[in-house]
Amino acid sequence: MIRNPKDLQRYTAHERANHWVVGISFILLALSGLAFFHPAFFPLAQLFGGAVWARILHPFLGVLMAVSFLAIFFRFKALNVMTPADQEWLNRVGEMVDGNDHDMPEQGKYNGGQKMMFWALALCMLLLAVSGILLWRAYFGFPVGLVRFGAVIHAATAAVMIALIFVHVYAAIWVKGTIRAMWYGTVTRAWAKQHHRAWYRQVTGKS
Amino acid sequence: MALQSLDIARRSATTTPAPAARQTTEVAKLIDVSTCIGCKACQVACMEWNDLRDEVGSCAGVYDNPVDLTAKSWTVMRFAEVELSGPNGGRLEWLIRKDGCMHCADPGCLKACPAPGAIIQYANGIVDFHQENCIGCGYCVTGCPFNVPRISKEDSKAYKCSLCSDRVAVGQAPACAKVCPTGAIQFGSKEQMQDVADKRLADLKSRGFDKAGLYDPQGVGGTHVMYVLHHADRPELYSGLPNDPAISPLVSLWKGFAKPLATLALAGVALGSLFHYVTKGPNEVSKELEDELEKEES
Repeated sequence: MIRNPKDLQRYTAHERANHWVVGISFILLALSGLAFFHPAFFPLAQLFGGAVWARILHPFLGVLMAVSFLAIFFRFKALNVMTPADQEWLNRVGEMVDGNDHDMPEQGKYNGGQKMMFWALALCMLLLAVSGILLWRAYFGFPVGLVRFGAVIHAATAAVMIALIFVHVYAAIWVKGTIRAMWYGTVTRAWAKQHHRAWYRQVTGKS
Repeated sequence: MALQSLDIARRSATTTPAPAARQTTEVAKLIDVSTCIGCKACQVACMEWNDLRDEVGSCAGVYDNPVDLTAKSWTVMRFAEVELSGPNGGRLEWLIRKDGCMHCADPGCLKACPAPGAIIQYANGIVDFHQENCIGCGYCVTGCPFNVPRISKEDSKAYKCSLCSDRVAVGQAPACAKVCPTGAIQFGSKEQMQDVADKRLADLKSRGFDKAGLYDPQGVGGTHVMYVLHHADRPELYSGLPNDPAISPLVSLWKGFAKPLATLALAGVALGSLFHYVTKGPNEVSKELEDELEKEES
């Protein structure tokens, strides 16, 4: 496919690859984890060769996700620092969701919602990793009180994180011209100007 | 066994009723701590009937051997030397308790288990592990208020006392009860065992054990292994028998109403997204802006 040379580079190949390692490990973790979350989801364990394999693989996938997310975290941390403009954007997010984004405050590479998502996911990752280690009986043996606490944290955080990822994925589907940034790295200038005008200015030098 | 049985009260990770056409009498094992001599015949009988040979351990300096329950030692005698103060001055008592699964009426292991059919509670009250369905996650250990299930290092399956469910199914007493030389372990219907306990308690009380009582903790709905204790007011004296055991509120939260609610919430988010798209339409780059930039570029 020939693309417009005027398109703007939003993500490097390394960033995209990193994102998809996190994404794939998340999907596998959600499917195997849900199998133990509630009996209604237990058949999902068959996707992993049965529930015993799901139980064995889940924590290793967790390590993969934690490590690859840590890389993402350090790559994008500085770009996700909240500013007063983000706060204003968040205050008016209702208009955005309503489909009326004309008067939204100007945004840099990420808008307030994306930044909130970033920090919420980072917190979820931390809680899941720590509580997950508490539950990993094959290699660790923590006092039962701690394990009980970990089980509640792990399940609750996982549910929150699955909901956050639903929102993350839907936002990418909803805002047309976004998903290509994570497939091959570029977005159109019009896309950038409409959704991230400050970033557009910064990378093009135009007004 | 469980698949052919018509007398299942509860089945782990199963949200529909278990086969319950057959009603059976509730059974119980009564362990009279006051007549136990600590001979460990019960441990041997358990090994024999269940055909288990644990590794030979080493002496920990006390009579406890093995020192703890394992995947291959489903019952152990715990020996506690306890100094009791009383009106007649302090005295030493040697309290020996046969430890193992209590077969709770409200089993924390079964509640916590995520594998359908890995833990079965029969209508007679026996809580049985079905290792062929066990996935080795250890949630039963997390759920148990008595610290009983053990995960095997060899096969990663959970094991514990089955109350010889195979013997009981054909009208036999558990191996430990069969072999006990002093009659400290008895087996029968739960009602019968309560009657036997009453007689023992009357005897103990007449001998000055005012606080003697039956250990059948209601926090777990009662148990199908009960103890006659000479100091029922202080069960913790007996190598840490829990005073008022109950399924941890954390386990109830983890396995209770929270998860169906969370599932509904997730479905709500997914459906909400879909209907948002259908009602509001996609967020596209405006035609105006596209034309403007196209002009700029050319």
